[in-house]
Amino acid sequence: MSAAPLPYVLGAILAMAAVTVMCRATPFLFFMKRKPPAVVDYLQKYIPPMIMTALVINSYKGLSFAARPYGIPEIASGLAVALLHLWRRNTLLSIFSGTALYMVLIRVM
Amino acid sequence: MSSSVDRRATRAAFEASVPVLLGYITIGIAFGLLLQRSGQSWWIASVMSLFVYAGAAQFMAVGLLAAGTSIAEVAVLTFVLNARHMVYGLSLLDRFAACRRFKAYLVFALTDETYGILTTVSPPPGVSPEAFYARVSALDQAYWVIGSTLGALIGGLIPFDTRGIDFALTALFIVLLVEQIRSVKKAAPYLVATAASGLALLAVGPTNFLIVAILAAIVGILPFRKALP
Repeated sequence: MSAAPLPYVLGAILAMAAVTVMCRATPFLFFMKRKPPAVVDYLQKYIPPMIMTALVINSYKGLSFAARPYGIPEIASGLAVALLHLWRRNTLLSIFSGTALYMVLIRVM
Repeated sequence: MSSSVDRRATRAAFEASVPVLLGYITIGIAFGLLLQRSGQSWWIASVMSLFVYAGAAQFMAVGLLAAGTSIAEVAVLTFVLNARHMVYGLSLLDRFAACRRFKAYLVFALTDETYGILTTVSPPPGVSPEAFYARVSALDQAYWVIGSTLGALIGGLIPFDTRGIDFALTALFIVLLVEQIRSVKKAAPYLVATAASGLALLAVGPTNFLIVAILAAIVGILPFRKALP
């Protein structure tokens, strides 16, 4: 197997690391000296629920209903996680049970 | 800080991070295996997971590096994929304001999953938020580094059928969403985010969906400022 030249690979990794940390640090650097405007206070409160909604939808975006198993393992296991968590509010129980159910369903369906 | 408080912080952080343990080890193994099979030395996987630490971007990089894509293009694509993290920080300004020693690391290590835990799970009573945040962040990254290194070294030898275990991360996001609904009992943010996600899927398709959805949600929640507290 012909490997890519090491300086190129390490250079690309360095660039990726710099860009990623820049994305993560931008808001902190921007508001280090200045006070965030009131609208940022408002957004701080409602961004987490909105992002969690988008991340759940992101997990389901590639789902195909056109062919077997019609997205049933994903939907059923996800509902099981949500209902179990509403009922018992035990994070590990909800996640382990839902994941186990999913692993079974994708093998039998 | 006394050592019993330290132990409680570590214990709580470990418990909060167990779902990430399942997801990051298995997805990390998949990443390491893929990278090693693309012709890279095994330790490149560890270096990437230590210094880049961004799952989706690392998977993307496997193909880009194998194809010899220019470093400038790699940087631009990484930016498009990770721009959503700018928004994450925006909602952590207050939470991280009191952090000192570990603040730089907390910002560096802010993945989707760690963000979800830090914004949703409260530190146990008596434990400083920073101590809890730092432990969750470091544990999550340790799982990712260990998983990707294992995958690159011995991924091909793993005899178990782990297919589907990565559903743990989907389950984690569902649990965190349920917890958000318990604490933010207003319909607007969830409806706005769902509508924004639908529009984003229609507009750009699944590939760059997340950043478009999040930006659209932020714009969409602004008109509710008078109505929400």
